[in-house]
Amino acid sequence: MIQAFAFYLFATLMLFSGAVTIFSRNPVHSVLWLILAFFNAAGLMVLVGAEFIAMLLVIVYVGAVAVLFLFVVMMLDIDFAELRAGFVRNFPLGLLLAVVLFVELFVGLVVDNAGGLAIGKTSGAAAQGALSNTEAIGALLYTRYLFLFEAAGVILLVAMIGAIVLTHRQRSGVRGQNVAKQNARRPDEATVNMQPEIGKGVSL
Amino acid sequence: MNLLHSLQLTAAEELISVAGLVLLLVAAWSGDRASRAISIATVGVLVAAAAIALPALCGSLAGADVSAFGGQYKADAFSAFAKLLIYVGAAVTLIVAPAFFDRFRAMRAEFPILVLFAALGMGIMVSAGDLLTLYIGLELNSLAAYVLAAFLRTDDRSAEAGLKYFVLGSLASGILLYGISLTYGFSGTTSFDAIRVAYAHGMSIGATFGMVLILVGLGFKISAAPFHMWTPDVYEGAPTPVTTFFATAPKVAALGLLMRISLEAFGAQPDAWRQVIVAASLLSIVVGALGAIGQSNIKRLMAYSSINNVGFMLIGLAAGTKAGASAMLVYLAIYVAMSVAGFVAILMLRDADGNQVETIADLGGLSRTRPGLAAALAMVMFSLAGIPPLFGFWGKFVVFQAAVQANLLALASIGIAASVIGAFYYLKVVKVLYFDEPTDKVQGNSDLAHSILLVVFSVVLSPLGYLLTGWLNTLASSAASALFHVV
Repeated sequence: MIQAFAFYLFATLMLFSGAVTIFSRNPVHSVLWLILAFFNAAGLMVLVGAEFIAMLLVIVYVGAVAVLFLFVVMMLDIDFAELRAGFVRNFPLGLLLAVVLFVELFVGLVVDNAGGLAIGKTSGAAAQGALSNTEAIGALLYTRYLFLFEAAGVILLVAMIGAIVLTHRQRSGVRGQNVAKQNARRPDEATVNMQPEIGKGVSL
Repeated sequence: MNLLHSLQLTAAEELISVAGLVLLLVAAWSGDRASRAISIATVGVLVAAAAIALPALCGSLAGADVSAFGGQYKADAFSAFAKLLIYVGAAVTLIVAPAFFDRFRAMRAEFPILVLFAALGMGIMVSAGDLLTLYIGLELNSLAAYVLAAFLRTDDRSAEAGLKYFVLGSLASGILLYGISLTYGFSGTTSFDAIRVAYAHGMSIGATFGMVLILVGLGFKISAAPFHMWTPDVYEGAPTPVTTFFATAPKVAALGLLMRISLEAFGAQPDAWRQVIVAASLLSIVVGALGAIGQSNIKRLMAYSSINNVGFMLIGLAAGTKAGASAMLVYLAIYVAMSVAGFVAILMLRDADGNQVETIADLGGLSRTRPGLAAALAMVMFSLAGIPPLFGFWGKFVVFQAAVQANLLALASIGIAASVIGAFYYLKVVKVLYFDEPTDKVQGNSDLAHSILLVVFSVVLSPLGYLLTGWLNTLASSAASALFHVV
């Protein structure tokens, strides 16, 4: 009973926030609703026992992708009114695409019910029953695939070095923050008591 | 699978990664002032990694004893041979780079580190025993290479080279990945040995598609025609030390990977890939030879020359035999020596202001002003053309011999005919060097490191190099037999 309740709660909230993401006039609100949709999707994943995907959804989609969207939306100077003006003109095409997607989904479901498509052989051990998904993935990643996992980490490091090498440059005439200097500063050095005469300024 | 044993087998990669991280920290704290010291340390790391790899080559190791992580990584004689060539290419790049970048005040501490990580990726590529390892190694190398191509970012040509390489390289990676996914789908595994077993009794049409797409993706990386379009632009635009790097190490790595995947993963079905390799080989030889004729920039000329040479190397692979693979490795080693000597000589061509002289016409009469340099350059050109007394001839000879033994007479004869066309543009450079009026463009002194490198590699290319043939053949055949070690 409680499962069914949780499912309908997450599903309703997800559909609702998904719809609001589309219809919201303010793009920042859209992104925030999108985050709510992601959270509810994660809840659904937990319900079906895919806790690893749920964590990925929260960490990757909410933590990284959605926040990135938010930054992009807030930093780019996009005229959304102008974007929206083309809505009516592009509506038939959008509707057509939506219909095509829906039909494909339907056909896929029908075919799947008739039996799946076998293109290759699967190999490797099936999931061990005793372990949870997260434990099983972790056990593989840190033993069998350790070398590749670490090498993939090095790829990310190289990408980071590359981005910095290609974009970072020392610019002259910029007052950078000097934390050490700020910390070394004492209150008595920072403030000076002055008694300027009437009609005269202060030279700093 | 024993984790400790696996970690022991991947020691060269571990050393390079840890050293790269430590040097990165040094770079972060000491800044660009330390770039020279970091370069020297990096060369030291490469030498140490080569020393770790060497025993596998000398002991001609192969098989299950030297495969780490359940066959994902193979520290066999083949990977050791390729790694030695890769580390030589990377080390030469690091030695010649500071003098080049200092003139632009562009030497940065990240340069040697990126080269080191690229070498790490290439080491992973040639040791790959699994499609996952293949792709991760390839991406690690490629990402570092894109940045290196654009390293002189104030120079428009360098930025253009980096962007072009990045866009086309990503496209090739995408094609490769698609091929990998199809291969995985049809064979049900990513391990080379298991793919070989799965395809032992023939390949379906989809499996063939996957294989062809993988070959196309790798064909881009080795700049074999018809996937060579990026090569002249990137070689010309990239800073010359980086071009030296591109012409040597990544080429060795990608060709090694191509050999591994063709002979190991698809080794049970050589007829499936042979026609692709033969077509790419012929096209590369012809495109490389004809395309080079109109070039006026010596770096572009070297780019077409590398396309041409890749074509000759693929003849060895097309043979599909152990002799063919061994011949290809011999050619590869000689090609690395020729490229290094050629690019070091090109780096020494500087005018009075210290700028690079890259136009071939400006080299007129170099033999009278700088006889030593002109002789070295002429020797590289003769060697690339495969004129007999020089060592370049030996590489072509063994490759053609392997092709003839494998009954690929037509391929060998077209290759020989095309190498005559190729000789035309190499000899044109020699003619400019020796018989044209002196232009006196090339001035200035070269520093000691360049001269030493040039002398060493010129001696290898000279007829004295034939003293190495026995030794080189032994190593290459022990490396090649590692590829044919069926589990």
